[in-house]
Amino acid sequence: MRSKNTIIALVAAIILAILSYVVLAFVGLSGARGDGMPVDGLGGFYLQDSASPVMDDLTSVYNLVTYIISGIVAFVVGLMVYIMIRFREKANPVPSKTSHNTLIEVVWTIVPVLILLVMAIPSMNLLYKQDVIKDTEVTVKAIGNTWNWAYLYPDHENVDEIISNPLDETQAKAEGKPYLLATDAALVVPVDTNVKVLVTSVNNMHSWTVPSFGIKMDAVPGIINETWFRATREGTFYGQCSEICGIKHYYMPIEVKVVSKAEYAKWIANDGSFTSSVADNNLGSGQTAAQK
Amino acid sequence: MVALPGENTPAQPSSYDDDGKPGFFARWFYSTNHKDIGTLYLIFGIVSGLIGGFLSFMMRMELADPGIQFFTNEHQYLVYVSMHGLIMIFFMVMPALIGGFGNWFVPIMVGAPDMAFPRMNNLSFWLLPTALICLLISFVVPGNANGNGFGGSWVMYPPLSTTGHPGPAFDFIIIGLLAAGFSSIFGAINFITTILNMRAPGMTMHKMPLFAWSVLVTAFLLLLALPVLAAALFMLFTDRIAGGTGFFDPSRGGDPQMFQHLFWFFGHPEVYIMILPAFGIVSHIVSTFSKKPIFGYLGMAYAMVAIGVVGFVVWAHHMYTVGMDVNLKAYFLAATLVIAVPTGVKIFSWLATMWGGSIRFSIPMQWALAFIFLFVVGGVTGVMLANAGVDAYLHDTYYVVAHFHYVLSMGAVFGIFAGFYYWFGKMFGVQYNKWLAGAHFWLFFIGVNVIFFPQHFLGLNGMPRRYVDYPEEFAIWNQVSSFGAYITLAGVAFFFLMLIEALILNRKRVGDNYWGEGATTLEWTLSSPPPYHQFNTLPRIEDNDGH
Repeated sequence: MRSKNTIIALVAAIILAILSYVVLAFVGLSGARGDGMPVDGLGGFYLQDSASPVMDDLTSVYNLVTYIISGIVAFVVGLMVYIMIRFREKANPVPSKTSHNTLIEVVWTIVPVLILLVMAIPSMNLLYKQDVIKDTEVTVKAIGNTWNWAYLYPDHENVDEIISNPLDETQAKAEGKPYLLATDAALVVPVDTNVKVLVTSVNNMHSWTVPSFGIKMDAVPGIINETWFRATREGTFYGQCSEICGIKHYYMPIEVKVVSKAEYAKWIANDGSFTSSVADNNLGSGQTAAQK
Repeated sequence: MVALPGENTPAQPSSYDDDGKPGFFARWFYSTNHKDIGTLYLIFGIVSGLIGGFLSFMMRMELADPGIQFFTNEHQYLVYVSMHGLIMIFFMVMPALIGGFGNWFVPIMVGAPDMAFPRMNNLSFWLLPTALICLLISFVVPGNANGNGFGGSWVMYPPLSTTGHPGPAFDFIIIGLLAAGFSSIFGAINFITTILNMRAPGMTMHKMPLFAWSVLVTAFLLLLALPVLAAALFMLFTDRIAGGTGFFDPSRGGDPQMFQHLFWFFGHPEVYIMILPAFGIVSHIVSTFSKKPIFGYLGMAYAMVAIGVVGFVVWAHHMYTVGMDVNLKAYFLAATLVIAVPTGVKIFSWLATMWGGSIRFSIPMQWALAFIFLFVVGGVTGVMLANAGVDAYLHDTYYVVAHFHYVLSMGAVFGIFAGFYYWFGKMFGVQYNKWLAGAHFWLFFIGVNVIFFPQHFLGLNGMPRRYVDYPEEFAIWNQVSSFGAYITLAGVAFFFLMLIEALILNRKRVGDNYWGEGATTLEWTLSSPPPYHQFNTLPRIEDNDGH
């Protein structure tokens, strides 16, 4: 009798777990995905679309872990529901007095360890892929300030420092760009290139992040952190400062413009400008990329 | 040790029942009685909860729509964020769970007449209102050029908390937190001494109720973690003085990352300080309403010890993005995953306790079952966040906010309410109105889920924390989340209606053991409320009693 109950409960819980996978597969993990920026509306319950190999791996680790943890929640809830029905006072007026079962206690210690091992291996792979910098082809420096980002190209002295300020609401609307994400001067990088990002700050801490590339690195004064990404497609990718830095914390977005290698070479040759005229390179910093 | 009759104590009054309650002022202001101090802690927790809840409600109102509606000075919003965190942690959850239920029931459960150091107990309590006043003063004194108050979040990272807030607002917070920290350290010393030395004859450590175990582990965590916070706060304090030290100032050879390590060395055990007593409470409730002894008692007790020990070596998972060596991250990743194992043991032991039981769904049991469900949801998202690689995406997004509110705002707080309803009759002698308590539970349960579940989606979609305004792509789930705040507010209203109804109508007294055969710990052998001084004759625990 008791073992029959156990089997029914486990089967019910496992069915619920499988159901949760199906729901996840159709609803959660295949929901609308933001392309370089958050997606609008009710669809926004998934990671932004990947645009780098690290983010590809990050997405698959996220999926794996989500499957596992949803299964665990469904399993526990299934068991709880079964217990609440089967062992309610009316259905089971005489309680048992069992308070030990060594076998089951060993099982529920060992099984979670195995599940965690399954999770830990791809997770460690991701961590090392993300954190060990590949052969760098382009280096950029992002400097957090109160409250904007400054970008430098240490390998190209002809490109002036880019000061990247957010567009205000009317400006963003006029240009058809997302308010609180768009800036007046984006960081420009070439596609399919290993870009090393040096991140630091001149005063408060900030954090430089681009969700689509799967990177986030704190900008700490006195310390130069480094991270890398390799954008796999052209386009504009947005991020937002992710370490509390004071009153305008919400108002210092990150905008990365990924262009073709040829266009990037031209941009560098033009001293950081997309217009071919070289006459306007004496404009003050902060204006360069906004000329487009 | 317990004083024996006649051992340098004055002659007892002949009337055994004359409990010698002092007058009102002496009783509540000079109180040295553990039950009175416990009640004071609970009242204090409710008051702080109202303040902290008001702050969070204002935040949800602001975030209901894109754009800035209420906080035209954005600094004010950050002040609310920071104070909500500090007040809820230090002045609501900790006083209610440890000071409130710990003081009330740990001495009774181990069969002691009172705490080991009753006067220090009084000091522990009265340091807290002092600390809260310091925090409230910080609201109205200048923080920085942008306005009053401290807006650097509860983590207080420098340089935002040093050069970023030169005004006195943050100094008041440092003083307040030091006072609260000393209060907790004194409380911890008191609990450890009481539990180790004042157990009744026959009450061995392995027979001690799980709530007493949970408070014992918590007290050790407090004792070891809070001095580190105190040190870090002192270092901030001297850093803030012009021409003072430069511990965290890179221009003078300091290191701002060092503060994060110190803070989270305290901060991570702090998380377990808030949840372990709730574990203990839920264990008793599950056992009582299943009419079964706890399943795997020793596993339960040592799982808490394991959580406490491992909790001290995982702190840097709060700061994966700060620029740590990759091998260090790999270690913290692995160590953090390990915590899931003892936590799983606890969850499954609760389920096994219910298995084969005869379950009654009284109000405390509803809160306890909801606790288990919500804690599982919050726990598994913690497993997600432990993965340092994925954390590069999720760190400082609303996914994190959803995670820790599931384990704290729903875990710890549901533990508090579960304990409150479980011991309500025992503490106050009257029973709550079931209808009002049920409305409180369901509104609260639905409300908090509506608030926090959509925040997972916001985080996945990329919304960072501590933002007063956000791109309009995030609008819908924020709206849903704010709607949940209204439901929760209605739940809170029913809580107060329940309190007023019970304490004003003052129905007939409940019996000693109003939950029946399932409730086996010592507080159920006493009257409700217990006598002013219990156990004038110490109880004797038989060999086969309890577990």
